[in-house]
Amino acid sequence: MLLLPKKELITFVIFALVVLAMPIWLTPFGASYPALMQKFAIFGLLAVGFNILFGLTGYLSFGHAAFLGVGSYTAVWSFKLLTMNAIPAIIFAMILSGLFALLIGYISLKRSGIYFSILTLAFAQMSYNLAYSVLTPITNGETGLQLTVTDPRVLDLAFAERGEALPQVTLFGLDMAGYWGFYFTAIILIIGYFVAQKIAISPFGMMLKGIKSNENRMGYTGLNTKPYTLAAFVISGMYAGLAGGLLAITDPLAGAERMQWTASGEIVLMVVLGGIGTIFGPVLGAWIIKYFANIFSAINENILHDLFSFLPTSVQDFIVPIFALFVGEGWELTLGLMFVLVVVFLPGGLMEGYRRIITRYVANKSDMPVTELKQTKEPEQVEGKK
Amino acid sequence: MTTAKNNTVLHVADVHMRFGGLHALADIDLEIEEGKIHAIIGPNGAGKSTLLNVCVGRLAPTSGAVVFDGQVITGMKPHQINQIGVARVFQTPEIFSDLSVLQNVMAPAFAKRDGAFKLNFMADMGSEKAIREEAEHFIEDVGMSAELQTTAASLSRGDKRRLELAMCLIQHPRLLLLDEPTAGMSRHDTNTTIELLKKIKARGMTKVIIEHDMHVVFSLADKISVLAQGRIIAEGDPETVRNDPEVKKAYLGGAHE
Repeated sequence: MLLLPKKELITFVIFALVVLAMPIWLTPFGASYPALMQKFAIFGLLAVGFNILFGLTGYLSFGHAAFLGVGSYTAVWSFKLLTMNAIPAIIFAMILSGLFALLIGYISLKRSGIYFSILTLAFAQMSYNLAYSVLTPITNGETGLQLTVTDPRVLDLAFAERGEALPQVTLFGLDMAGYWGFYFTAIILIIGYFVAQKIAISPFGMMLKGIKSNENRMGYTGLNTKPYTLAAFVISGMYAGLAGGLLAITDPLAGAERMQWTASGEIVLMVVLGGIGTIFGPVLGAWIIKYFANIFSAINENILHDLFSFLPTSVQDFIVPIFALFVGEGWELTLGLMFVLVVVFLPGGLMEGYRRIITRYVANKSDMPVTELKQTKEPEQVEGKK
Repeated sequence: MTTAKNNTVLHVADVHMRFGGLHALADIDLEIEEGKIHAIIGPNGAGKSTLLNVCVGRLAPTSGAVVFDGQVITGMKPHQINQIGVARVFQTPEIFSDLSVLQNVMAPAFAKRDGAFKLNFMADMGSEKAIREEAEHFIEDVGMSAELQTTAASLSRGDKRRLELAMCLIQHPRLLLLDEPTAGMSRHDTNTTIELLKKIKARGMTKVIIEHDMHVVFSLADKISVLAQGRIIAEGDPETVRNDPEVKKAYLGGAHE
């Protein structure tokens, strides 16, 4: 049950090493500080989970940020009421977001295609507005839910005296704000990746892929598709809840803006940018978007002048304002351009680019790839369903 | 050779189907015998596909009932009807375009087994060896062993149809409904398909075929029902139907073949 076939095992081991070695290979990119690496791990996990729904079943949810928010609020409440330990927080975050996903999924999955997407979007915006206003006693509205010194924390205070300072989130004594926090989130990302790999190669995963490919046929083939799509929805909602819980662990604060539709849209961008239906692609997409949001946005004209200092001043003065458009506040412009290029030239995301490079490399080595032989047979059929 | 009531697998009883003012099916009464190939022919718009859609639960008839194996199946969902033993081949192949040929044939076997719902997401494909081997067997049966790992979207139309047939066969249905299994095929592919259908006929599976191609119908069918304007105008063995004056007038006479 805990085994992977050889090919998947290799990708899994490489992935685990890449994630754990982040502090090393991110240093040249200036991104190796714990807070950002935690974000990489958490949003990677979110994207992996989103892909279980979107990548495998083809159902595009525009409301996954709602589950992220539910996870965060739940985790903070677990800190406030029970204990500052991270484990109960993520367990409750997953359970509650799972239940919430069950409810929203049950109703939204009454429709498919664009109507499904709109329903999830509507539910997420409803959740956002509830969190922002009506549910203020639970969510603390605009200010966001925060820890206070006077929180009950029944489990913690049963064993220790109430301190003067605001307590820290811990994992049995390890501080979750620094590198330990990163390694904790990294290990959860690796576990989440493993589970996603297992799902993709299981009979259950094959049913989901069948639903994506031809839901009609799946029905005439004896499969009741509803419980399958709902299970995929709940699983991916639980991933999002877990990610939300982890966000609260690395920074114990939950705000309603985490549930807004732009946050949901960002998840979709991550998955599309990286590669829908692949397991690593969404993680890659998440990393790139978070990198741009945190590093590119911090570049200003002074840094650019330093960067181009080898050029004569007149050329510098010409080049720097042009590049400045794309960094700092303009980071989203760069990201947008990149997104357009990827969608136009690599509809399968960055992972398709990777596959093309590999195929070309292999093609140069052997005389004739098998795929090309097949395609010459009936070229007009190759395009298939778009 | 003819109707023994207890031999009936599928009984379409007094089915009417109205779409607004259109009387698509009028008083259809049809009995399909166990182990036989029953062809339904008729000009375009005669209601053949509507009849098939009623049988698989895609459409609910305005009145009347469909009984499969003693059980009323009108009102049941397509997946439920499939689970009790009815499989269908579509007019335009309904396959899983982005999956491989092997996966296309394995998926219906899983669907048959886990159709109601099974959350076996941590299970290995390695432990599904029996289904894999069976799938390979049926792919060989339809003569596509060389295409095992090909993505279904890149298959030729004829191969797609054969693939869909293998997808149905792996489910071991009692009743197989084929909607124009040779439409759009070359003469060569058509003959291959006829041979294939003859081969699986020997296994005792009951089949209902909707077909335009008279060559196919007369080389395969044990019994033929002729549908015109929503009514069955003639029924019987191929010779009787071929010589029926009513049929000649409504269908064969005007057709090019």
